[in-house]
Amino acid sequence: MLKTFSLGGIHPAGNKLSASSAIQVLPIPEIVSIPISQHIGAPATPVVKKNDEVKVGQLIAKSSGFVSANIHSSVSGTVFKVDDIMDSSGFRRTAIIIKVDGDEWLETIDRSETLVTEISASKEEIIAKIAEAGIVGLGGATFPAHVKLSVPPGKTAEVLIINAVECEPYLTSDHRVMLEKGDEVLVGTQILMKALGVNKAIIGIENNKPDAIAHLTKLAVNYQGIEICPLKTQYPQGGEKQLISATIKREIPSGALPIEVGAVVQNVGSAFAVYEAVQKNKPLFERIATITGKSLKNPSNWRFRIGTPVKDLIDAAGGLPEDTGKIIGGGPMMGKALTTVEVPLTKGSSGLLLLPREEALRKESKPCIRCGKCVSACPMGLEPFLLMVLADKKEYERLENNAVMDCMECGSCSFTCPANRPLLDYIRMGKGKVGQIMRSRK
Amino acid sequence: MSIIVITILALCAIGVTAAIILYFVAQKFKVYEDPRIDEVEEVLPAANCGGCGYPGCRGFAEALVKADDISKMNCPVGGATVMSQVASILGHEISAAEPTVAVVRCNGTCENRPKTNQYDGAASCTIAATLYSGETGCQYGCLGLGECVEACNFDAMYMDKETGLPVIIEDKCVSCGACVKACPNNIIELRNKGPKSRRIFVSCVNKDKGAVAKKACDVACIGCGKCVKECPFGAITLENNLAYIDYTKCKLCRKCVVVCPTHAIHELNFPPRKEKPADKPSAEAKAEEAPKAKPTANDETTENK
Repeated sequence: MLKTFSLGGIHPAGNKLSASSAIQVLPIPEIVSIPISQHIGAPATPVVKKNDEVKVGQLIAKSSGFVSANIHSSVSGTVFKVDDIMDSSGFRRTAIIIKVDGDEWLETIDRSETLVTEISASKEEIIAKIAEAGIVGLGGATFPAHVKLSVPPGKTAEVLIINAVECEPYLTSDHRVMLEKGDEVLVGTQILMKALGVNKAIIGIENNKPDAIAHLTKLAVNYQGIEICPLKTQYPQGGEKQLISATIKREIPSGALPIEVGAVVQNVGSAFAVYEAVQKNKPLFERIATITGKSLKNPSNWRFRIGTPVKDLIDAAGGLPEDTGKIIGGGPMMGKALTTVEVPLTKGSSGLLLLPREEALRKESKPCIRCGKCVSACPMGLEPFLLMVLADKKEYERLENNAVMDCMECGSCSFTCPANRPLLDYIRMGKGKVGQIMRSRK
Repeated sequence: MSIIVITILALCAIGVTAAIILYFVAQKFKVYEDPRIDEVEEVLPAANCGGCGYPGCRGFAEALVKADDISKMNCPVGGATVMSQVASILGHEISAAEPTVAVVRCNGTCENRPKTNQYDGAASCTIAATLYSGETGCQYGCLGLGECVEACNFDAMYMDKETGLPVIIEDKCVSCGACVKACPNNIIELRNKGPKSRRIFVSCVNKDKGAVAKKACDVACIGCGKCVKECPFGAITLENNLAYIDYTKCKLCRKCVVVCPTHAIHELNFPPRKEKPADKPSAEAKAEEAPKAKPTANDETTENK
């Protein structure tokens, strides 16, 4: 009997169309737009101005607080301008736009493919390097990695959990990273273990990726303290709290962080980025993402430079299919629809999903029939039907009492609702309002 | 027989005792209530809209009676008439507050502001605003899902199906501000009603740079500053690429309306201009004037056409 989390969960169709497609390298575009806010927290402060020459890997925007991240140039060329551009949700946000000229990397970056297993950096050096490289959680939440690794005083980390679950349907980028960069991921994991001062790491992988499980299990023999933990496929196992519940059977109290139970979770993509940052001196300016969709000619996985327009990735995968109804940045469950294909790919772009028109649009919402499916699906043990009504009626105090802030917006409730009610839309709105109220109270 | 007599006597005795107890209890725990509260509440409109900022008319009446100075307090529904009645009950003197009315500061109709995508989520402006910038290229304007109309307790608003924008029925609007609070993009503003309901305002809230704003919407304020220069009274300010007319300073001369290159400045309820169509902008302004004059005649003002 395979492990999984204890409460709720759903089983959407996997649709991992691009699982067998090896990672390809996306050509460098002529112009890149690198937003200064690609992470949770304060936007970075630009340190370059118009007409500055930049090289690949050069710092172009500096972290502006503890919860913030550095941003590096993904190309070499000239800064065209620092201006507001449209982001994926249609709002204007500042970005650094660079005209590409050649591909000249900083000399400090080791571009060789050789595997460096020996970890020479000390604990503090590792965390400093990770912060310097601007690494954020690459699963999609984009939380700055060095913040998670800085364990608050009074707490101790006991175990590192690597999130290689990839529970979102369609997405396969983490899967490919494990197959193609297995050793690098494991060295990255050891670096993270050293940074946290723990001697145990668990890599959680769902059993819909048997090849990745087998591959990493074989490689892990050479690395001390790393355990590969196959998990029963169930959405949203990639949620921090769910993954901790599945792998080490500990429950995090409402409102607390994983460190409360001695665990730190990092994404498998982040582990790979950590390897590159610490061993190869390479900041985070490229990442791997999936482009997929049932009508797409060539569902595939690509390594791209941050700031490349979404359009380029679509063109590389065979062009926009005729019947596209929605382009989603991320997976189908938690991803967000894009308003235009001109927006740049960022650190948080784990995938791009092109949904055909008939699948894209929502069905008509009907009255709640009190079947309770959303309650049994909710992995946080909430009552989505109630939260929706409370949010609609602006009962913010009751929303707070019903632990609305525990909701991680996984969308299991909306997915499972037989009346097609937009549960998550209302809950998200309620969360926003309750969050405001809670902040104003402080 | 005697049993009936005893029963009646006993009941009478209990009744009398209870009455005496109740009398003393009522004396002991008497709550003094200013009789003027009832009087004031009587003259208030009983709409309980909360537009005054107090919980209903009773709450406002209590606050009025307690207040030393009621000149800052206003019942938007009753307006000056009600407030002067209140003042005479309370023995205050007040200067009549200028009546205000809600104004929709967006003219992004389907024609002026083409849609760039289709919204498919729950039909609520607040939800749409938390998700993304809206169906058009303008991230500031009306989202068109009618949350303001739902918030209106006085039936003073409706969504115009053709333009996709909310319309305020001026005669019904009591300026309670419910729609202002409901709008997540803050496009509705309470403005001075003006003499004969004549008003001039910038019908746009777009803070983008000129080129970007104009690309998203034909009638957006592009922040060119022509109106600021033209205004003889210094009533117009330009901030974040957006002009704003201070209605306390505006003398309704209409000079800004003519110079606005995108027709973002609207004039309401003015008689049609008589001057000759000398230059192009004023000719266009005149063309726009024509449909505006009609609703005035119907005694119903559409803000957005």
